[in-house]
Amino acid sequence: MKDQPRIQDWDWPLLAIVGTISGIGVLEVYSSTHASAMAGMQWKQLMWIGIGLIGMFLVSRIDYHTLMDQAPALYLFGIGTLLVVLVIGHSRFGAKRWVDLGGGVNLQVSELMKLIIIVVLARFFTEVRTDRLTLQDFVKVAIVTGIPVALILIQPDLGTAMVLVPVALVGSFLAGIEWKHMAAGLLLIALLVPVGWNMRHHLKPYQQQRIETFLHPEENPRGAGYQILQSEIAVGSGGFWGKGFGKGSQNQLGFVPVRYSDFILAALAEEQGFIGVCVVLLLYLGLILRLVDNAQKAKDRAGVYVVMGVTAILGFHVLVNASMVIGYMPVTGIPLPLMSYGGSATAFVYMALGLVMNVRMRRFVN
Amino acid sequence: MAPWSVNDQKIPQARLALFSYVSVIFIVLLLVGFWKLQVTQSDHFADLAERNRIRYIPIIAPRGAMLDREGRVLVDSYPSFSILLLRDDPKMLEKSLAQIEEGLEISSEDLQQQLDAAGSEPKFQPIVIKPAASQADIAFVESHRADLPVLELMMVQRRRYQHGEMLANTIGYVGEVSPQQMDQSDGRYRPGDIVGKAGLEKEYNDQLEGTDGMRRVVVNSVGKAVRTLDDVEAIPGKPIQLTIDYDLQSIAENDMTDKTGAVVAMDGRTGEILAMVSRPTFDPNDFAVRIAPKEWQELNTDHSTPLLNRAIQAQLAPGSVFKIVMATAMLESKALPENFTVFCPGHADFYGRTFHCWDKKGHGTVDLHRGIVQSCDIFFYNVGQRLGIDRIHEYATALGLGSRTGVDLPSEAEGLIPSEEWVQRVFHHKWYAGETISVAIGQGAVTVTPIQLVRMVAAVASGGTLLQPHLLKNLTPLKVSHFPLSDDTVEQVTDGMYGVINEGGTGAALRLQNIDFSGKSGSAQVISNELKERVGGGGKQYQDNAWFVGYAPRRNPEIVVAVLVQGGEHGASVAGPIVRDIVKAYYDKKNSSPQQQAGTAIPDDSSVLRPFVASAGVQHP
Repeated sequence: MKDQPRIQDWDWPLLAIVGTISGIGVLEVYSSTHASAMAGMQWKQLMWIGIGLIGMFLVSRIDYHTLMDQAPALYLFGIGTLLVVLVIGHSRFGAKRWVDLGGGVNLQVSELMKLIIIVVLARFFTEVRTDRLTLQDFVKVAIVTGIPVALILIQPDLGTAMVLVPVALVGSFLAGIEWKHMAAGLLLIALLVPVGWNMRHHLKPYQQQRIETFLHPEENPRGAGYQILQSEIAVGSGGFWGKGFGKGSQNQLGFVPVRYSDFILAALAEEQGFIGVCVVLLLYLGLILRLVDNAQKAKDRAGVYVVMGVTAILGFHVLVNASMVIGYMPVTGIPLPLMSYGGSATAFVYMALGLVMNVRMRRFVN
Repeated sequence: MAPWSVNDQKIPQARLALFSYVSVIFIVLLLVGFWKLQVTQSDHFADLAERNRIRYIPIIAPRGAMLDREGRVLVDSYPSFSILLLRDDPKMLEKSLAQIEEGLEISSEDLQQQLDAAGSEPKFQPIVIKPAASQADIAFVESHRADLPVLELMMVQRRRYQHGEMLANTIGYVGEVSPQQMDQSDGRYRPGDIVGKAGLEKEYNDQLEGTDGMRRVVVNSVGKAVRTLDDVEAIPGKPIQLTIDYDLQSIAENDMTDKTGAVVAMDGRTGEILAMVSRPTFDPNDFAVRIAPKEWQELNTDHSTPLLNRAIQAQLAPGSVFKIVMATAMLESKALPENFTVFCPGHADFYGRTFHCWDKKGHGTVDLHRGIVQSCDIFFYNVGQRLGIDRIHEYATALGLGSRTGVDLPSEAEGLIPSEEWVQRVFHHKWYAGETISVAIGQGAVTVTPIQLVRMVAAVASGGTLLQPHLLKNLTPLKVSHFPLSDDTVEQVTDGMYGVINEGGTGAALRLQNIDFSGKSGSAQVISNELKERVGGGGKQYQDNAWFVGYAPRRNPEIVVAVLVQGGEHGASVAGPIVRDIVKAYYDKKNSSPQQQAGTAIPDDSSVLRPFVASAGVQHP
């Protein structure tokens, strides 16, 4: 047994998968934007990956137990930041979710909340001593998760708010929730949907439109349904082999909405075809399986929950984003991790993976 | 190690493994989803993608010009710009409205109304907010490309009626294709296409209409053309040459200023319409852009019915002009002796009722010639009584009254020649013999159109050849029918009409030097004498309609002209001079340049005929 966690103990195969996906992402960002006013975005994305790697390194250095020690403080800090954002944050794309860090750098604080919720819930679940999660504990989990979800929802950022839920659900499952409680919880969420539906007039117009659009995409081809339709056209027209790098008309002529970000998979599907999609989705599958493997090899319960928290969020992102691109889910603004352009999001993913490395490199450490 | 983390219980591996299986299942499901789009339906989506990036921009074909018989342009088309408002981006639209209203001088209500009207149409379909953009409007759009991307210019073809109201009712007007027309067109028309709606524009729409071209451009997602793939050039509509003589038309139009009525001038040898006027009228240029709903409403509900082409649609009692039919029937049927005479004391009793002659003093002894020349009512009452209604009906119908002349215009009216059968069919009673007396002087139930009278007089003066009046210069085949009249009949009736003008008849004031000008006047009551007294003489709408049909020369006329002046009261003195002016102008012109009459071919190098090829639907001048 070694006493010091070493960088050599990082999960290098995992990093290889991550690097490959990021590389494909950067190329597709380049392909999507090189001929437009946004040319050069790939460099920015590379910079964010660099920052992410530094963050990953830093996060992996601090023992995750130390981080979890501070869970209550982190949680309060996170909630506080979300409140601050609601008061002083500035709007972008119609939602208040950014804090100006000065020097033109804007941090999307809800991304930070994702990291915090992973640590906080991992701490909570670790403290569940038995192999069964009681209803009481499950309600606590729901409350702890519900508060930041609500705060992010009123930003409003439906996507990020939703992303926190799987961390709680996956954690509860691993903690041995009774099926009936899980069913009740899911039922409650399902019941909240119609309530939310009735309250949709309180939603921001763009959110109302997104829901309407998902339900009736053809009705308003140039409205918001346009996004889903154009995405489907991009994907479908790519065919089996794709149209070739930089040759997707849907992508190059800007028919695919935010093709460098949320819809980057549509852009890739158009240019690289079904083959390209297979490669990417299998890479993601590899990523998730590798993460689960890390969870299985974790030294203790705390490590398992941390890794699976990260896995839950990343898996949810991939599932929802890919489903959206082919019109199976509404447009919720959930990016494809590692590929979609975006500073905070990229930094988050690398830092979250830093948590995984953190757990892995300490699996032999006492 | 913190106390909270001391927990030796392991999480069951199966729970973690389950997560792996679920992940595999989800990824497989996603791949199936992608397979469906990319492999199963890839052709469908490839097609959509192709259509997505290629936009078809129509290149509007100009409508063919209309020329007069000498090739002078009456109607043509010119390229112009419409300003489109793109509605894809509601936020941007909302922001821009105020600036647009100010810049294009459109009222806020007007713009809102147009937006509301298009509310149910797909958002990607732009709406035309300014159909005829001025230079200033175009400059405004051009200079605000960056901050007002919701505005776009579209090249269109506008109809230009060079002389405004001249010949308006005959030329007709154009307008946007109606939903019914679109349904019937087998996809030939798209919404917003311009088609002929009335008059010659409608009748010869197929010739006049070109075939729109199409430009395929690659556009990006905001509809900006990135490059052009190919052009299918527009095929301009064919010009048509009319039989109208601009010079005669001008004179006729001029003479009819401020009057209500119609003029039809026809070549008695060919049926070519030389002039056709209907008053009151309208300016078809108002329709060429987009007629304001209010204006359209006004035109349609105007009691003076400016949209009616009175030359072919006014169905009115012909009054004494009908005596030409009576005279012809009398001679041809031989129901009366040729030398039949009547003594006119100014009135006469038939079937227990007293009928008056227009001249209360009476005409004394009247034979057929004097009957026509003096237009003696008493003479024709007697002729009518002896002929009977069915014989009158037979000859009137044979001379083309009460049925369409077949002029190449839509919606020609028929008029009515009463008969026993008609009364039986419509009123279910027997013919009142007293009615025949009224019919004999072109009153009662008789109604005709001005163009029918022209054809009738031309037929009588040329031995019974009923021509098809027409406006298209080289119309073939012409439907000509014959109702042979004996030379004697033609001679007697035309001599009578010659006498009307040249032997001190009702039209004595109309004489023309060196021209064999003949004709017949008519003053037709609009309501009966009794009714007129009851309404106290009435206003202008109850005043007699003035008719005059004149022609030259006396037999086989070259030009036949009918003039109707509604409420004009005196045929010979109100309608007659207009006929005379036209006949005189015809001869003046003929004598000054005889070769002109053959008509001139369409010049090859006329600027109006040069096919116009628009360079783009969306282009910037």
